[in-house]
Amino acid sequence: MRKLFGAAILAGVVALGGAADAKTLRYATTGDILGLDPHINNEGPTNTMKSNIYEGLVHRAWDLSLHPALATEWEQVNPTTWRFKLRQGVKFHDGSAFTADDVLFSYERIKQPQSEMSFAVNTIKEIKKISDHEIEIVTGGPDPILLLNMPNFFIMDKEWSEKNNTTTVERGSTAKTYANLNTNGTGAFKLVSWVPDTKLEVVPYAEWWGKPAHNLTKAVFTPISNDATRVAALLSGEIDVMYPVPLQDVQRINNSSNAKVLQGPELRTIFLGFDQWRDELLDMPGTGKNPFKDKRVRQAFYQAVDMEAIKRVVMRGASANTGLMIAPGINGFDKALNDRYPYDPEAAKKLLAEAGYPNGFPVTLDCPNDRYVNDEAICLAVVPMIKRIGVDIKLNAQTKSLHFDKIGAKQGNNTSFYMLGWTPGSYDALNMLENIITMDGAGQGTWNSGKYKNARVEELTDLIRVETNQEKRNAMISEAMKIHKEDFGHLPLHQQALAWGVANTVAEVKQRPQNDVDLHYVMMK
Amino acid sequence: MFAFIIRRLLQSLIVMLAVAFISFSLFNFVGDPVNNMVGQEATAEQREALRVQLGLNDPFPIQFARFIGNAVQGDFGVSYRLSRPVSDVIATRLPATLELVFVAAVLALVIGLPLGVYTGLHRHGFGSKVLLTLSLIGISLPTFLIGIMLILIFAVWLGWLPSFGRGDTVQIGWWSTNFLTVAGWKSIIMPAVTLCLFQLTLIMRLVRAEMMEVLRTDYIKFARARGLSNRAVHFGHALKNTMVPVITITGLQIGSLIAFAIITETVFQWPGMGLLFLQAIQFADIPVMAAYLCLVAFIFVVINLMVDLLYYAVDPRLRVERSGGGH
Repeated sequence: MRKLFGAAILAGVVALGGAADAKTLRYATTGDILGLDPHINNEGPTNTMKSNIYEGLVHRAWDLSLHPALATEWEQVNPTTWRFKLRQGVKFHDGSAFTADDVLFSYERIKQPQSEMSFAVNTIKEIKKISDHEIEIVTGGPDPILLLNMPNFFIMDKEWSEKNNTTTVERGSTAKTYANLNTNGTGAFKLVSWVPDTKLEVVPYAEWWGKPAHNLTKAVFTPISNDATRVAALLSGEIDVMYPVPLQDVQRINNSSNAKVLQGPELRTIFLGFDQWRDELLDMPGTGKNPFKDKRVRQAFYQAVDMEAIKRVVMRGASANTGLMIAPGINGFDKALNDRYPYDPEAAKKLLAEAGYPNGFPVTLDCPNDRYVNDEAICLAVVPMIKRIGVDIKLNAQTKSLHFDKIGAKQGNNTSFYMLGWTPGSYDALNMLENIITMDGAGQGTWNSGKYKNARVEELTDLIRVETNQEKRNAMISEAMKIHKEDFGHLPLHQQALAWGVANTVAEVKQRPQNDVDLHYVMMK
Repeated sequence: MFAFIIRRLLQSLIVMLAVAFISFSLFNFVGDPVNNMVGQEATAEQREALRVQLGLNDPFPIQFARFIGNAVQGDFGVSYRLSRPVSDVIATRLPATLELVFVAAVLALVIGLPLGVYTGLHRHGFGSKVLLTLSLIGISLPTFLIGIMLILIFAVWLGWLPSFGRGDTVQIGWWSTNFLTVAGWKSIIMPAVTLCLFQLTLIMRLVRAEMMEVLRTDYIKFARARGLSNRAVHFGHALKNTMVPVITITGLQIGSLIAFAIITETVFQWPGMGLLFLQAIQFADIPVMAAYLCLVAFIFVVINLMVDLLYYAVDPRLRVERSGGGH
């Protein structure tokens, strides 16, 4: 027994010695990843971890630019056909070779109904094998953003999946967990171990085809849910990078001698939406009136909100106010449209009176309190601003699962005025138009909870989907966004800023707007 | 005795059923797990299909009956968040919580009992007054604050102890233990101290009050009259007679230690059941929440039973009354 104890202590000491290696990155964020299966979950941090281990045909770099990965080159043969040359000599982590069969297999796997990553391939009609290292992708119609979705199409090994009986994507009570806990990718990092909610370790894959832009020998990811503990762990030198930094602690970390805060813009746009479809507002039963159907009322709300004050007081400067529904960096962003209409409560009052509501009306603002940075605090600031123009507004702030139920399809968009944030998963404006700004068409308007609708915008969206000339396409995006802006279809607020705490042990870490650490781009001292 | 245990077990079963029922009906208020499970781009059809597959659209009685039916067979379903069987998930978390609670309980007893005796015997001494004032602080400061303060002092300023996690654990079968590595011991100190502080002060104050009570009784006076040593009077007679309420409270407090562990585990990112439960609430992970609540109810029931049995061992009067049973 004593021997065993001694051996265990020795093992502990050895483990401690290993952890002191300077090229180990230890990083932490609020929660753990949802799983390692490349095709089950579609969630930001989970996708980032998957992209350390798995690869797509195309790689999206930290600055959002696209680069060859498992495909070395591609060309568009005709409007609906793309030909991809696959990289030769690539090996999966278990040593088996990567070929066109793996791409075909992964396509069949990712498009299963239970897969949430299927959005990445839903314009694809067929993938044909030309040779072991060449494939052809045929899309249903012309698809201008096929390449933008390719980084989300992770390639798995056919033999490995079949051997381990994990060829189907299943969730819930029948969930097959093998691929969710074990990995076999071609990516730059190999999984060492994952203890959910505790620790995930990866090491660089020695036979990776690429040239590493990092100098790591190991990376350890730890979820730390409590903000104060996460800050303490950074300051005490137990972790090297952590995010998000609570805004009130930015100063404290910058004043410390061993860590700094790295800030930058995020891609998510936070906005408020209005119910524009009910004939009668939820809070005005019996009146038969819905003031939000009147553009002037929506404009009055817009001009009553003082975004500069919210940025200064609530966000402590860590936000970028926006007039557009998409952020800089998203394909289709038009700087000329990004200016906000001026804050002008007097004009807002006048607009309300013109619309026939000089004494305001009752309305409830639905707001999450644990989803976005200072979400509830923003709403608490908006409420008195709207009250100032005479509207009788109440706040209903609650946890995200209840909030999204209420404003979403589950409860029939049971809201009149709500907060929501959105990052286009494809980094293209079309995603925003389809999900938030339009209604018509299969799968469209899923989160257009106020059902804003404009015939010309609908028409433009259908054109944008198939237009392959980028210049013409961007002009159409700008036109649609301009109409939406002048319609006051939603009330865009800001893009929140990313805040990462970075210890002095790190030489450089690229801050991606997705708010996740991409291990490909971390240099330790 | 045997009949007594059987009766208690049957009562426990009813308690467990009631807990399962109440917790299950509360789940209607935590929101829809589906929105947490799927990504923002999922279509309404995909969401609905998942809801049907998870059985969330079935009426409440059917969902409840299905849960009980499976739970009786030891199957608590698959966690929505982690996509693995709930029983596996809990089995990996149970050791962390139990070891933490064990250390906290031992600390509370080993420190609380002597302090209680001391303050009971020297009730007007300066030392007692200081200890009582300190215990007031221990009882009134929230766990959360104590934990953060300890982290600030011992992790950030002094750098002696780790601020989060379990350090290095050693796997013995399915049980992962902190007790075999230095890092493991270092990690458990702050969470255990944080967790035990409330119990420690409670035990100390309880023992003090009981001691003062007992020292006034006739048999203590008689013992002194017999010329017994102070030591024999205080520990052989007085302390022994204060033990029944102390055992009850300590026993029941082990249950609350497990429950209080939720906050301590969150502050120290201690990967136990409390942290698991809190994350399950945020995610609306119904299978994990249901299993956790049932397990905690089960632990309470078992502890109560054990406390009842311990009475027999400590208090001979109970044995006399019951052994004459059959009247």
